[in-house]
Amino acid sequence: MKVIKIEKSQWSQGLDNLRDAFRLFGPVIEKGFYDYRELAAGQAPDLSFQNTRLSPKSLVFPQSETMLNYSLDPADPERNIMKEAPKDYAPRAVIGLRPCDAKAMVLVKMNFDTEEYQDPYWLNLYNATTFVGLACDAPCGTCFCTSAGCGPYHEEGLDVLLTDRDDHYLAKALTDKGAQLLEKAGWTQAADADTIIEKAKQAAEAKVTSKIETDGLRAADTMALYNAGFWDDVAFACINCGTCTFSCPTCWCFDIQDEAYRTKGVRMRNWDSCMFPIFTVHTTGHNPRDTKTQRVRQRFMHKLKYFVDKYDQGIMCVGCGRCVRQCPVNIDIRKVSALMNALSVQARCAV
Amino acid sequence: MSTYTDKIRETAQRLLKECKVEMVIGFRKGSQPMMNEPCVVRSPEEVDQLIWDSNCGINLANYLTNRKEKIGIVAKGCDSRNIVTHIVENKIAREQLVIIGVPCLGMIDKRKIAAAADGEILSVTEADGQVMVKTAQATQTFAKSDVLQGNCSVCTHRNPVIHDEMIAEPVPEQTDVDPYADVAEIDAMTPEQRHAFFEELLAPCIRCYACRNACPLCYCPTCFVDESKPQWVGKGQDPADVRTFHFLRAYHCAGRCTDCGACQRACPVGINMRLLTKKLNKDCLELYGWEAGLSTETRPALDDYQPNDPENFIH
Ligand code: SF4
Ligand code: SF4
Ligand code: SF4
Ligand code: SF4
Repeated sequence: MKVIKIEKSQWSQGLDNLRDAFRLFGPVIEKGFYDYRELAAGQAPDLSFQNTRLSPKSLVFPQSETMLNYSLDPADPERNIMKEAPKDYAPRAVIGLRPCDAKAMVLVKMNFDTEEYQDPYWLNLYNATTFVGLACDAPCGTCFCTSAGCGPYHEEGLDVLLTDRDDHYLAKALTDKGAQLLEKAGWTQAADADTIIEKAKQAAEAKVTSKIETDGLRAADTMALYNAGFWDDVAFACINCGTCTFSCPTCWCFDIQDEAYRTKGVRMRNWDSCMFPIFTVHTTGHNPRDTKTQRVRQRFMHKLKYFVDKYDQGIMCVGCGRCVRQCPVNIDIRKVSALMNALSVQARCAV
Repeated sequence: MSTYTDKIRETAQRLLKECKVEMVIGFRKGSQPMMNEPCVVRSPEEVDQLIWDSNCGINLANYLTNRKEKIGIVAKGCDSRNIVTHIVENKIAREQLVIIGVPCLGMIDKRKIAAAADGEILSVTEADGQVMVKTAQATQTFAKSDVLQGNCSVCTHRNPVIHDEMIAEPVPEQTDVDPYADVAEIDAMTPEQRHAFFEELLAPCIRCYACRNACPLCYCPTCFVDESKPQWVGKGQDPADVRTFHFLRAYHCAGRCTDCGACQRACPVGINMRLLTKKLNKDCLELYGWEAGLSTETRPALDDYQPNDPENFIH
């Protein structure tokens, strides 16, 4: 698709042109950290970030989301009837998400949009959103996207990919949605820049030196990995918090709760985490994943093996490095994957 | 610091060889600058993993809860106080433990350093009270005393209060510090200011519970926030529920908190929830002359009644 040159002098005018048609979201800095927020009138996204502390998954999968409302008022003829909570699904655009986080949306979609089930809450927000990515020219030392099926100029999941070229952006329209957004903004100056982008891409990829080893996992015997001897050692330090899963752009688990007060109630869903002991507790009190080691193993097995087995679309990790940077006890998925991969080589022929 | 590491390894090796313990809990080098990983070694051959430096801020007493083995544990001042608390609260027996005491010179605050560093940090090393931070752009040097964790800079119990082995001579305790200066600032606020302050303090919380889970005091089999019958607190991101979690957790730590700083250190969004527990620490000190975890012989403030206990705060 075509490449558009956006002079930085036209940037904020273009954003303003978009505001009639879109609610805009983008990275902003708050107390020293970047996060995605809705942009106020006249506010531009702060694109000088490396990556945000939390992923943009909350833009389509809020941490707490009301699904249904109900009345408990005996005088209300409609009491006890669950009603769809009103939502704003007007078009929105995220300006400046990183390619890894966009690829993560594609992985999460595999869970929320299947032949059997289509999750309306996630899909409505996803479909309402145009994703304008920003290529990474200065990846962090903890980024390992290039070995996680992704990369600093990766295009999957994006409608537009922006490249920062000092005094201008090059914007590559990747979908019709993306082309329409560029047009609405009034950014129309076509550029013949494929070689420039390709060169920048190669330079950026060369800067990602951290790697995750996964080549043996697909063929590996699942039970051999499950029964591996290293899990206790891997799990020892883990405190079973929600840091890794909540900050991960690909973790999609949630928990449904009813909250009622006096005559009104809501049914809501909240992010959940496989690292929490109550994640798997049955109503009988039995917990099939009763120990820390089982929970830690679940997280890594899901991301690096079960997902691979189920979808055959690579691992459930895009290499954003957030869990590595934020785990309070420094449990590092790259180290765990290396252990699993080394075992895979031996365990390939297990029957 | 390398002498500390050597001494810890020697001690761990001897304890394991002589079968005095089945395992030794300590730290191994992390994969990130300013991060170490709590670990356990079970044989004399594995002790070379163990290390010590100013990035051992996680409280290892947290890893003792309800364990059955005979355990060697590396303990700096605050860890030792939480070990005492664990013993008093029957979470571990004194006889199960060989405490390897580490006189502590404070832990460095990775967020302070990240904020002061010029670009992404590639490595952090320390020597002679200096911390050297390498980024792609430059090498910066900080005085360690300027980049200590908040709790360490006002700590008055750097030496382990209980130990079976000591890996070095005790270090001088800090005497010219005011541990409660930050609490006094909040005390001086009007109720409205205070409300606004706590609202802002807790606003970024994502309820990951890293603070609770890093805390050795938070060992309840089911935390009140996780209970569903009855459900004490909502599970969503409503600020009232987020604050309920923090305020109640702080009260559950009243008279027990050692201000080890593990909670604040663990928080992925950098919230200083210690301000809540510190207020209660200050009350316990002023009302009952009580500091947590100093002796296995005395009962904790909230577990003990004296006829002359002050009552004038009960309204
Ligand atoms: S791996 Fe780290 S971030 Fe994840 S639950 Fe364990 S301690 Fe928390
Ligand atoms: S597992 Fe870690 S590195 Fe991979 S996508 Fe999730 S947070 Fe990023
Ligand atoms: S509340 Fe925080 S400072 Fe106090 S003992 Fe627990 S982890 Fe340490
Ligand atoms: S660690 Fe931080 S974000 Fe997590 S629950 Fe505690 S205060 Fe909230």
